[in-house]
Amino acid sequence: MSNIKKAFADGKAFIPFITCGDPSLEVTEQIVYAMVRAGADLIELGIPFSDPTAEGPVIQEANIRSLAAGTTKEKIFDMVRRIRKTVVIPMVFMTYANVVFSYGSERFLKTCREIGIDGLILPDIPFEEKDEFDETCKACGVDLISLIAPTSSDRISRIARQADGFVYCVSSLGVTGVRSEITTDIGAMVALVKKEKDIPCAVGFGISTPEQAKKVAAYADGVIVGSAIVKLCAKYGKKCVPYIEEYVKGMKDSIK
Amino acid sequence: MQQVLKSTTSASSRLAAAGLRIISGAARGIDTAAHRGAMQQGKTLAVLGCGVDVAYPPENARLLRVIAETGAGQHGVATATVAAMMGMECEIYMGKEDTIRQALNVYRMKLLGAKVHPVTTGTATLKDAVSEAFREWTSRIDDTHYVLGSVMGPYPFPEIVRDFQAVIGREIKAQMLKKEGRLPDVVMACVGGGSNAIGAFYDFIPDKSVRLIGCEAAGRGVDTLETAATITTGKPGIFHGMKSYFCQDENGQIAPVYSISAGLDYPGIGPEHAYLHDIGRVEYVAVTDGEAVEAFEALSRAEGIIPAIESAHAVAHAMKIAPQMTKDTLMVINLSGRGDKDCAAIARYRGEELYE
Repeated sequence: MSNIKKAFADGKAFIPFITCGDPSLEVTEQIVYAMVRAGADLIELGIPFSDPTAEGPVIQEANIRSLAAGTTKEKIFDMVRRIRKTVVIPMVFMTYANVVFSYGSERFLKTCREIGIDGLILPDIPFEEKDEFDETCKACGVDLISLIAPTSSDRISRIARQADGFVYCVSSLGVTGVRSEITTDIGAMVALVKKEKDIPCAVGFGISTPEQAKKVAAYADGVIVGSAIVKLCAKYGKKCVPYIEEYVKGMKDSIK
Repeated sequence: MQQVLKSTTSASSRLAAAGLRIISGAARGIDTAAHRGAMQQGKTLAVLGCGVDVAYPPENARLLRVIAETGAGQHGVATATVAAMMGMECEIYMGKEDTIRQALNVYRMKLLGAKVHPVTTGTATLKDAVSEAFREWTSRIDDTHYVLGSVMGPYPFPEIVRDFQAVIGREIKAQMLKKEGRLPDVVMACVGGGSNAIGAFYDFIPDKSVRLIGCEAAGRGVDTLETAATITTGKPGIFHGMKSYFCQDENGQIAPVYSISAGLDYPGIGPEHAYLHDIGRVEYVAVTDGEAVEAFEALSRAEGIIPAIESAHAVAHAMKIAPQMTKDTLMVINLSGRGDKDCAAIARYRGEELYE
């Protein structure tokens, strides 16, 4: 069993996302500890990129703040090493293809394994192009997480058959960011995946309230929340840690 | 709707009578009306505005809207023109910086009925306009088609755009054979994303005797950070759905590039150009703002042709290498756009403020 599956072993998983280095890596580290205390089952760590095409304004701005503060991959790797001394829950990196490719995919993924990163999400790599990274991911024991969207239709089965770790179900069309309601038939998407492979399905994009989380969790194995948390970083800066802890606790409680 | 169809039929009939070839999407409704009108007078040509794997028009596909990104505004104007003719909604994404330096084209797009979104993220130029168009398209894909303006982005866009642009090279070849009875010695074009260049080069790729030269924007110089010369200063990368060369820093962050030319001010280059560079078939050179402006002025004075500042990069390199060539050398410069749009910006570059 991959480490990622452990996140889904005990009920519905709550998966918070945070952009590393916003406002600083010291704060990011404290946020991770707070998320673990609040009951997070898996943590998505965003490595900032200059041009994050899948993100809405909230996470775009977090990327800009983080890069302006001087965040680099090497500093993020060091932070993960410190976190791994005490934190055992699965963690994955969320970033863009060029961040991995420019570093050297093999070098990047070997480092992931060495520091205890369990998976990689690259939203600008579609299923049809995943060979660029997939083999190296497999060789390094890092799960390359596949995404499916409401428009994936007949591709869902193909994607599911080759999926590792968990399947990231994109809740609705468009980029990341808070939405007032989710109208996609999540249950139907998840059913298509499960028909092909017994793999956990987590839903993300646009979820921010406990009510939305509860609704989505009824059909899926986990709930991913990014922009709502990053908004707290933007609002409270260095003082955001207790606010995020409280928020994550409320979200986790709503899907228990 | 009947009124619209009728007037389309009549308008396209008049255009065809005037010797224009009517190009429209092979769809029903207004396109059919356009074809019908054109057929009354002459030839018509059907262009599918979508990839070969997209069946259009199935009964349930309702492509009501097109979106596009634009740098200099030429592609935006072209897209807005087609949309106006076909009665489609049109929204154009353009860097805020570019809406200022290419204000004339912004006005033309609006005149044609398009909505222009100034993009303020990042460097507020072409790169950010592409990102914003991607973002918009993912949120509304059912009734919207993205008309990508260069030989870049994810498959199959580089092929679609290349195949349409290839008429340029075919035309160069046919006219050159007719007028001179032989192939040209040199074909050169400016390169940003690289659509006019691949269009000019494509038919000559198998003709090894023809030297092909792509002219990139060096901005304030390839040894400064204010450059957009991708082949000269970039490294392999993956961005905007393609693996190619990109201007980037040592952490893989895309560089905030610069050129006086909004159309060349892009940190990447179409993947086919990257390949043609790697196999040594096309030479890529860098031309500075200053050289391009001088060529812009020189061609205007010598020939009465005001070239787009983009195309002036190719003119500049031609002026540089022509003196070393023999008199009978046949050199083709692809003048990919007109420079009326650039007059105000070039005047500013020369310290003169124009009030249009």
